[in-house]
Amino acid sequence: MANKVLMKGNEAIAEAAIKAGCMHYFGYPITPQTEIAAYMAKRMPKIGGTFLQAESEVAAINMVYGVSSAGYRVMTSSSSPGISLKSEGISYLAGADLPAVIINVQRGGPGLGGIQPSQADYNQATKGGGHGDFHMIVLAPGSVQEMASLTIKGFELADKYRMTSMILADGTMGQMMEPVELDLEVSPAPEKPWATNGTKMQRKHNVVNSLSLVPEELEKLNFARYERYKQVEENEVMYEEYLTEDADIVVTAYGIASRVAKNAVDEARANGIKAGLIRPITVWPFPKAPYKAIANKAKHVICVELSMGQMIDDVRLALECKVPVTLCNRAGGMIPSVDQVRTEIEKYAKEIN
Amino acid sequence: MATTKYLFSGFGGQGILFSGKFLAYKGLVEGKNVSWLPSYGPEMRGGTASCSVILSDGAIGSPIIDTPDVLVAMNLPSLDKFEKTVKAGGTIILDSSLIERKVERQDVNVYYVPATRLAQENGFPTLANMIIVGKLLSLSGDDSEEALMGALNKVISAKHADMLEVNLKAMKLGAEF
Amino acid sequence: MVVFEKPKALADLSFHYCPGCTHGIVHRLVAEVIDELGIEGRTIGIAPVGCSVMAYDYFNCDMIEAAHGRAPAVATGVKRANPQEHIVFTYQGDGDLASIGMAETVHAAARNENITIIFINNAIYGMTGGQMAPTSLEGQVTQTSPYGRDVKACGYPIRVCEMLATLEGPEYLERVTVNSVKAVKNAKKAIKKAFQNQIDGKGFSLIEVLSSCPTNWGMTPEKALKWIDEKMIPFYPLGVYKDRSNTEGK
Repeated sequence: MANKVLMKGNEAIAEAAIKAGCMHYFGYPITPQTEIAAYMAKRMPKIGGTFLQAESEVAAINMVYGVSSAGYRVMTSSSSPGISLKSEGISYLAGADLPAVIINVQRGGPGLGGIQPSQADYNQATKGGGHGDFHMIVLAPGSVQEMASLTIKGFELADKYRMTSMILADGTMGQMMEPVELDLEVSPAPEKPWATNGTKMQRKHNVVNSLSLVPEELEKLNFARYERYKQVEENEVMYEEYLTEDADIVVTAYGIASRVAKNAVDEARANGIKAGLIRPITVWPFPKAPYKAIANKAKHVICVELSMGQMIDDVRLALECKVPVTLCNRAGGMIPSVDQVRTEIEKYAKEIN
Repeated sequence: MATTKYLFSGFGGQGILFSGKFLAYKGLVEGKNVSWLPSYGPEMRGGTASCSVILSDGAIGSPIIDTPDVLVAMNLPSLDKFEKTVKAGGTIILDSSLIERKVERQDVNVYYVPATRLAQENGFPTLANMIIVGKLLSLSGDDSEEALMGALNKVISAKHADMLEVNLKAMKLGAEF
Repeated sequence: MVVFEKPKALADLSFHYCPGCTHGIVHRLVAEVIDELGIEGRTIGIAPVGCSVMAYDYFNCDMIEAAHGRAPAVATGVKRANPQEHIVFTYQGDGDLASIGMAETVHAAARNENITIIFINNAIYGMTGGQMAPTSLEGQVTQTSPYGRDVKACGYPIRVCEMLATLEGPEYLERVTVNSVKAVKNAKKAIKKAFQNQIDGKGFSLIEVLSSCPTNWGMTPEKALKWIDEKMIPFYPLGVYKDRSNTEGK
């Protein structure tokens, strides 16, 4: 506890990025993630790094593209509407196989939406996030500590697989403070022989590019990229299981919804209901194993989301529809209460008995 | 497992978020698990501001508070909004120089502290919030000078070290009220 | 004996450009300047979307392909990644720089970002087959202005150098052309200065090159070069629009 500091989730992300060796940050103000930019604006000049408030999210993501092309760790952050603007650049990053970390502190949508917490960008994040065939590695922190540790993980995975990592947080996670340990291990960035950082007249020129006009060649690139994605699916899945072993009712949720869900599970257990929780930490790749493990045991699954139901599709697929799955949600910036989730658990506990 | 949920609420500019932060730091210094969650958005300036603080010996689930154990209300809209949410047997502390009405609930402990008036009379008009915090901590006997200073040192940057004493003074004033 | 050689900074490939297109000349000028300044090993070029999209194959320095209009933002990232070492240029057409990428252009200029921009203004979208550009002249017939550019409906062509010259930020703005031997020599001088400025840490330099597009203009190469003199230069006068070092020198 001695080394822990009290920090907002947004600030924890910023400090962790610096710890991860990210010396370049580009952003554009948008609630509820602006603390990241403010933190970077304060810190970067002191450590010889770059903080730049870009003219738009579009420009910011392309600055990220530039720094990443040159082989350096780099980050940008935004919230839902801003991520839509960045989606052009996100697709180009994928097409050019460039590593980068993108933070999405989600708010209510669609359109300008609201500024209160939301999880309605799940599909956008996990099913691509731009045009073309591609994936991002999507990490969903469930605490301020994970805001820090998953940001570091995001940089490591991005470099390892030459992919974009997205931290899929929400307004609550960004704004809340919790004690956080920042003395975390970081793997240094690997060599990047593909980087466009000047030939020094020692090698053939490198080209960072997502254009490929010959269909056969473009297909080959896509196949190769999906081979890499398969590696990520095999090696990098993360999740938490809580009291699922004997659970009749399994609640599943990520991020802030999982925090509410955990309390509800505890309350249900206290009332004699066998409830449990599966919390995906990577939402792409989506953790299939914990659902498979309960598919022949659990009687009902409740998916708690701050959206109209997006992760629920992945949950059903992972369960191969062997267990009924229902949605317990709030939208528009609202968060389900512990009461709401517990009542839902109780309702299905009664039904199965 | 002891868990206490505090809800601080008032106008933006009354130091609502700061009071909560102070309490969270105090918990951190004392080795507790803590969470601090502010309201955010356009209501920051002049509108209503609130923050939720949870201190616990065990792991904290949701940082969102539906039923606070302790409500600090620094203005009438806050009392109107949150009075009914307080847990039965819980505590409400309010700034009675800004809130004229009485608490209607009979099942909670209520403390009326004219914090804004006391703050003005004692020459630190911006510290009504800390007077209330002082009262709050004195209720649990959790207000040793050492503990208070330990947390103040965390929450007030070295640049503003001159504010330490006056904050302590405000809390003592609240504790003794 | 004078031997005509390809500049070292140009790859040994045949350009895909149409006959009479002036992209080839400007590529060559940029490469000659890179050679003369001895900076190939530390230069990173950013190609646009448009006819010169494949410029990344033609230069021997490291190259990046940017999204349409975003080259100044990408260049900003590359430059900031290692400001002491990297020499960064973008090569952009009029649709790329002055339409979809105008915000990136203006803000890079406003920041006096220490990069070099080569801006090819041929008053038309070439790669997509001859549509109206932000720099197409009033009355100019294109695929998407088949009755001639009607300024009441489509607005007026944009004079980029003049507009950027209103900003405090940029270091050096000059408009040149390449439709005669004399003009080519002058263009090279300007391009060299734009790179030298970057080496000297002076900041944002943009060279606008009035260029020809015989294919999409529907002219012979010869007539296209004349059209630059007769139609483009009267609306887009050649010259220096901003040169901070020069003003300060006076």
